[in-house]
Amino acid sequence: MVVQLLLFGITKDIIGKTPFSFEIQGENTAGNLLKQLIKQYPTLKELNSIAIAVNGDYSNESTLIASGDEIALIPPVSGG
Amino acid sequence: MIALSKNKIDIDKVIEAVASDQAGAIDVFIGTVRNRTKNKKVLRLEFEAYESMAIKELEKIKERAFEKWPILKIAIVHAIGVLEIGAVPVVIAVSTPHRKDAFEACQFVIDELKKTVPIWKKEFFEDGEVWVSSHP
Repeated sequence: MVVQLLLFGITKDIIGKTPFSFEIQGENTAGNLLKQLIKQYPTLKELNSIAIAVNGDYSNESTLIASGDEIALIPPVSGG
Repeated sequence: MIALSKNKIDIDKVIEAVASDQAGAIDVFIGTVRNRTKNKKVLRLEFEAYESMAIKELEKIKERAFEKWPILKIAIVHAIGVLEIGAVPVVIAVSTPHRKDAFEACQFVIDELKKTVPIWKKEFFEDGEVWVSSHP
């Protein structure tokens, strides 16, 4: 399944422009998506943290992704 | 009142938003842009947000605060865009019947905001720029 990823902060420097098209191979879960993204962009692993948001909520590894969901890559936040 | 602002935050308006006849206290947190980070001169900051999720996460923090303290009203406004030294990126106001709860709840809100709300800060130095907290 192809997803459109919203990128923010440093992930735009690592991956490129947002939104970014990415094809998930295998199961459509947030955990699998993150694993494949890290494989393709190993520098993501050097960050303090990296999370996937599905429809504006933090996901866990088993969160299912359906076509049309809004998916975002969340690098370490630094508001305030 | 929960909002992201592309313009200068009107601090008075944030405080007015939590006014209540039942309040004995309003605690206000005002974040300001500091001119140094780890002994390095900071020229300015730029804030970026995943706006729809940021609002959602701020609402969640507000709800959690309401569960923990007898709060009357909470207002949270965060600025996005470029901010110069001394400018105000965030204002939080909490009203409660008694002051101790207002102090505690206000601190809780800013501490949690820094942990979960998808807002990112870029620091600009004389010799470059960096996304804050990205790397260990």
